[in-house]
Amino acid sequence: MQRRKFIKFLLGAASLALLPVRAFAAIWNTPAFQATQVDVALAGLGVGSLKPSSLITVVAPDKAENGAVVQIEVTSNIPNTESIAILVDKNPTSLIAHFKFSHGADSFVITRIKMAETSDVQAIVTADNQYFVAKKRVEVLENGCG
Amino acid sequence: MADNMRMRAQLKGDVTEVKVLMTHSMETGRRKNDFGDLISAHFIQMVTATLNGRIVLEAQWGTGISKNPYLTFHVRGAKVGDVIKITWLDNLGKTGEGEVAVTQA
Repeated sequence: MQRRKFIKFLLGAASLALLPVRAFAAIWNTPAFQATQVDVALAGLGVGSLKPSSLITVVAPDKAENGAVVQIEVTSNIPNTESIAILVDKNPTSLIAHFKFSHGADSFVITRIKMAETSDVQAIVTADNQYFVAKKRVEVLENGCG
Repeated sequence: MADNMRMRAQLKGDVTEVKVLMTHSMETGRRKNDFGDLISAHFIQMVTATLNGRIVLEAQWGTGISKNPYLTFHVRGAKVGDVIKITWLDNLGKTGEGEVAVTQA
């Protein structure tokens, strides 16, 4: 019995040591990120019916010289915003990023994305189990996905 | 790997603005090299930001984030000297991290 306990303890210690980085609670959402269509990506994120919202601001250039680097700023003024997802309709894989906010982080993010061609950029906000969307069209003069 | 990341966290009023610039190739897996061979995908999938050890932002990324990813976010309730830490994990299991103390703007 004691030996069994000791072996269990060893196994437990080994598996703890093997865990990669404890900072990452979630698992990467493969179905959503590999989806080639917006609908499939949204289904992968578990997003239900979308309502357009003027409380979401998407700041992006009207024209992007270089699709490899397009700066996008998203702000959600919807109360209880839990997450913001950024999608590009016409990219080979639509879902770009999904940000979850907690413990005092504002529902706001700026990042730089790749765009294959002229397309709508969608920001999708989850708040209180409801889903909201705002779009911004970005004209891409030189594609960034090669 | 702190040299792999440039960070700044500035307290402005009651909001701390955190700016992060990471170093990563962010290969999509669709690009070809000069010999016409596909360059295999290599990109950051997960990013976690903490304030004094407490998670404030969790991101999942696809291949559509630009090379050398840039990120700005805002946190409330931080004081000068508090520590913001960023950790990332890519699709090959590599990780990177960086941290910075909050300063007065």
